[in-house]
Order: sequence, then structure tokens, then C-alpha cells
Amino acid sequence: MTTAETKKVKKVGDAVLKYTRVSPVTNIFISGLFIILALLCLMPALLVLIVSFSSENSVLNKGYSYIPLQWSVESYAYLLHQSGYITHSFINSIGITLVGTVIGLVLCSTMGYALSRPNYRLRNFFTWFIFIPMLFSGGLVASYMINTQILGMKNTYAALVFPMCCSSFYIIIMRTFFQTSVPDAIIESAKIDGARQIRIFAQIVLPISLPAIATIGLFYTFAYWNDWMLAMYYLNTNRQDLFPMQYVLINLENNIDFLTRNSQFMTPGENTNLPSETVRMTMVVISVVPIACSYPFFQKYFISGLTIGAVKG
Amino acid sequence: MNKALTQTPRKVVKPKKGDNGGSTGSSFDDVELFLLHLPTTIWFLIFCYAPMFGVVIAFMNYKLAPGHSFLYSLFINSRFSGLGNFRFLFNNPDFSIMLRNTIVYNLIFIVLGVVIPVTLAILISQMYSKKLAKVCQTMMFLPHFLSWVVIGYFVYAFLATDKGLFNRVFTSLGIGEPKHQWYGDVPFWRWFLVFLSQWKGMGYGMVVYLASISGIDGELYEAALIDGASKWKQTKYITIPLLRPIMSIMLILAVGSVFRSDFGLFYQATRNDGRLVSITNTIDVFVYKALLVNSNINISSSSSFLQSVCGCIMVIVANLAVKKIDPEAGLF
Repeated sequence: MTTAETKKVKKVGDAVLKYTRVSPVTNIFISGLFIILALLCLMPALLVLIVSFSSENSVLNKGYSYIPLQWSVESYAYLLHQSGYITHSFINSIGITLVGTVIGLVLCSTMGYALSRPNYRLRNFFTWFIFIPMLFSGGLVASYMINTQILGMKNTYAALVFPMCCSSFYIIIMRTFFQTSVPDAIIESAKIDGARQIRIFAQIVLPISLPAIATIGLFYTFAYWNDWMLAMYYLNTNRQDLFPMQYVLINLENNIDFLTRNSQFMTPGENTNLPSETVRMTMVVISVVPIACSYPFFQKYFISGLTIGAVKG
Repeated sequence: MNKALTQTPRKVVKPKKGDNGGSTGSSFDDVELFLLHLPTTIWFLIFCYAPMFGVVIAFMNYKLAPGHSFLYSLFINSRFSGLGNFRFLFNNPDFSIMLRNTIVYNLIFIVLGVVIPVTLAILISQMYSKKLAKVCQTMMFLPHFLSWVVIGYFVYAFLATDKGLFNRVFTSLGIGEPKHQWYGDVPFWRWFLVFLSQWKGMGYGMVVYLASISGIDGELYEAALIDGASKWKQTKYITIPLLRPIMSIMLILAVGSVFRSDFGLFYQATRNDGRLVSITNTIDVFVYKALLVNSNINISSSSSFLQSVCGCIMVIVANLAVKKIDPEAGLF
């Protein structure tokens, strides 16, 4: 089709669109509604951001406000200065997210690939094997007892990574992707050339499956970055060296002293001039910024993940 | 890529033992594939299947034997108590409250979780400016990516008694009592919990349905237009019927988790405030508190077990029901 023809078709399409669409008044109404909803989702984040840039005095006098009496970066400066503890939790979060995402991707993609091979004799068995946990789980208490009492994962990094590094749902997404987007002919011909399955998987299937890997990788990245439950279950409050950021936030909720009092990174007497009100919100901002800045760009992968995910199990 | 592979001269490989040429699958292939997913299999055995057997804790009167292993404590030191734990659980005054909270809130969430996103998806697909629609969609997606801990802080910035925005604004306008204790206001939170859950989930839900709407063939609407169908009729007779499969899948998933509550919403967003316990005590909160705050293994394991069993039954029943109405729509 030439460009001129495409243009023509597009024009006809536009003309039809004109008749099928809603009236201009309705459009204004709908647009207004969505602008309000979008602001409703954004304004709370903005408030926290503004508070983090307010001076401590402003918050003490005026409360949390969109228009502070005085702008300031004192809380950021404070966190940067006594950063031992905060930096540590930041590094913990990054490390857990990276390791968890990589392990999760390896576990899900290998199983997804095996289940996507039509000739695999154990295919049916293992499809059920991963499907049953979607229906029935042992529940929190059984998992907790096994993870802490038998695997000895209390107060370890392992407890923050392994319990959530694989999921039947992601495996099914992967399997469906491999089934629909990786041509059988490629795998067959590689096999005839004498390639082993592991090599086929690593050198042929994975490189052409980057969209699926990216999607699932993103799911994992956000899940690990945002996770606080595992820390809450498996970490004792005196093991701050293991805390991810989200768990630090939980502990800051009730006592800002937590930053200084319990910390083994602090030297005594350093907690003077603690801008406690703004520091909390600054911590929130620091934990949200990586997500808020990245998700608009990755949104399309997320959406594609949702749509390939919406398939029968 | 395909072409290159077919053009390269193929090496003649000697058929290995048990290898029948590769095209119809060989036991060799099976072994390799099995080894490839062995780590995943082990993960499932440890983290999914072992806890399934761990449910026996629910039927034991668990007694810790200091200095001995967990299995010794469980099978030798503890007595089999049959349904004793469950009897104890049912007699607990909190039990009916948490069951009520869990189920009632979930029913509200299930209904709203379909109605609101579908409505929004249909509306946003009608917007003239695709750019504005995209921007709004992106902004509405934000809460989905935030953890409940962070949202708890957002809420706190508005509701804090001293410094919260609500109290400051209302006081300056002269409405309501000054220094209102929002975190003790049960009637307010009863509906605010619903609002919060929908606020966090609407962007995500909208995107799911929007993806299906944009997959609908435009010619259907053109045909309807020629037949003189109004926009409302087009929505009613084309869009919604075509959204039914995805709606039923989302519904099965939601009904299947009717005994699960969003721990983050009920525990973190409310800052675990003691004054709100009558509405925030759901099964997951109860299990968490019983296990990690009160260390009562018996009662937490029995409620956790009940939750799993009921959840399993609900998924199967919901799937059957949906299949009965529409044989194509089931999840499995």
C-alpha cells in the first residue's frame, strides 16, 4: 500500500470516527472527569513532595501544606549528612531488587520454556504442578514455620528474596509468550544442528523473547522494591542492617527517634537539630522517586504483560 | 533468522540412543528440559508444596520443645488436637468480626472493582484527545505502583490531627471541630477504606479493560452506526458483551480471593490504629497479629488453614458458575 493510499484510508477512518464519537459536550464532560481523577491520583504525591522541601519550622507552624511558609532542603541535607543508616537501607533495597529480579526471571523463564515445548513428555504433569499452588496454598503460618524453623531464614537476606521469587502466574505468561511468539521451526532446526535444549534456550529463545523478559522483569522489580511484608515477617526490629527502605518507613511511622536511637551506625550526640517532620516525608520521596520517574516509560510493557496475562491457564 | 538457519548446510548427526531424530521429541530432550526447570521445581516444592503439608500444624496443639528441631516439636512434643484449634477459634469474639469485615469489604470491592474500571475504560476510550487520555491514564496508574506503606504516609499528610491538611483547612474555614481525630473516626474510615482501595486500583483496572476495548473491531461500530444505533446502544450491545470474557476472568480471580484481604490496606494504610480495629480486623490482619505479635501458633494456623480451604473452594465454585453461564469464559 502506498503512503497516499494509507492516507486516504486514514481520512475515511477519521470521517467515520467523526460520526461514531460522542458529542462535543459529552467530550468536555468526560475530559473534565478524567482531569479531576488524574489530579486526585497525583495531588497526594505532590503534597508529600512539597512537604519534603519545606522547612521544619513551616511544618511545625502551618502543618502539611501545598504552600509552605518557607522552602528548604534541610531534610535532604540532613539525610545526606548522617546517611550511614539511610544509605544502607537504600543499598539493601537495590540489592534485594536486583538479585530477586534476576533469580525470578531465571526460574520463571526456564519453567515457562519447558512447558511451552509441545514434545515435552512431562508437560502435562508440570503444568498441573505449577497450577495447583494457584488454587491452594498452605497459608502464612505454615510457610512462616517452614521458612524460619526448617530453612532458618529468620533475619537473613534470603528471607527477603526467596519466598516471592517465583510465581505460577508469571510462568503461565512466559509459557504463553513462548508458545505464540517463538516459531517452532527455529527450535527444530537448531535441534537438527545438534544444539542442546539449554543452548537453544539461552542463545535462541531468550534473545528473541526480550519483550516478555522485560515485562516480567518489571513486575519483579516493582514488587521487590515495594515489598515490606517479607521484612515485617522475617526480620527482627534490632536487625536494621538488613532493613529495606520500605521497612524503614514503617518503623519511622511511629518514632522518628528510630533513626537515631536504634541505629548502630550513629555516633552518640549526632541527633541534634533533627528535622523530624520533614525527614519522614523526604524518606517517602526517596523511595517513590525511582518508581515515579521510571513507570511512565515502562508502562507499555506493563500493559502488554496485562494483556498476555489475560489468557486461560 | 529463519532463512539463515535453513540455508546453512546441516550437520549430519548420528542419532543418539533413544533419539528418534528430534522432531517428535526424544527422551534426551525430556531430560534436558527437566534439568532446565529443575531449580524452579525445587522452589515450588520448598515454598509451595512443603507449606501445604505444613497445614497439619492447624490440627496440632503446637508446643515448642526448646533445643529441639521444629519437626520434633511438631510431631513428638505436640499433641494431635483434631478440631480443637478450630473450636477455640470459633469461640474467639474477634472471629465473627473479622469474618464479617473480610467478606463484606471484599464483596464491595468485587462489585466496584468491575463497575468503576469498566465505566472509566469506556469513557476514556471516547475522549477526543488521545494525548490527554494517555496523560490521564498514566497519572491514574501511579497509585498502582506505590506500596501501601507509602500510601499510608500520603493519607497521614491529610489526616494527621495536628499537622494534617484536612484539619488545617477545615479549621481555617471554620467547618467541623478543630483537631478532629481522623484516625479514631470509625464511620469515616468505613468508607475511606473503600475509597482508598478503589483509588489504588482504578488505574490498573481501567488499563486492563481499555486494552480489550481497543482490541474490538471498529467495523462493528460502523455497522451499528449505519443501523442507527446510539452511542449508549453501541456500548450496551457491542462493547460490554465483548468485554464479558475478560470481566469474568477478573471476577473469578476476585471471588477466589474473597477470604483474602489486602493486608496493606487494612494494616498499613490505617497505621494499625487501635481505635479502628472494629473495621480493620480482617483475616490476614488477625493471622499476622496472632502469629507475630501474640505468638499464638494454634489460633493463627487454624484461621490461616480455613482461609486457604475456603479460598480454594471459592475459586472452583466461581469457575464452575461462570462456565455454566458462558462455557467459553472459565479460567480453567
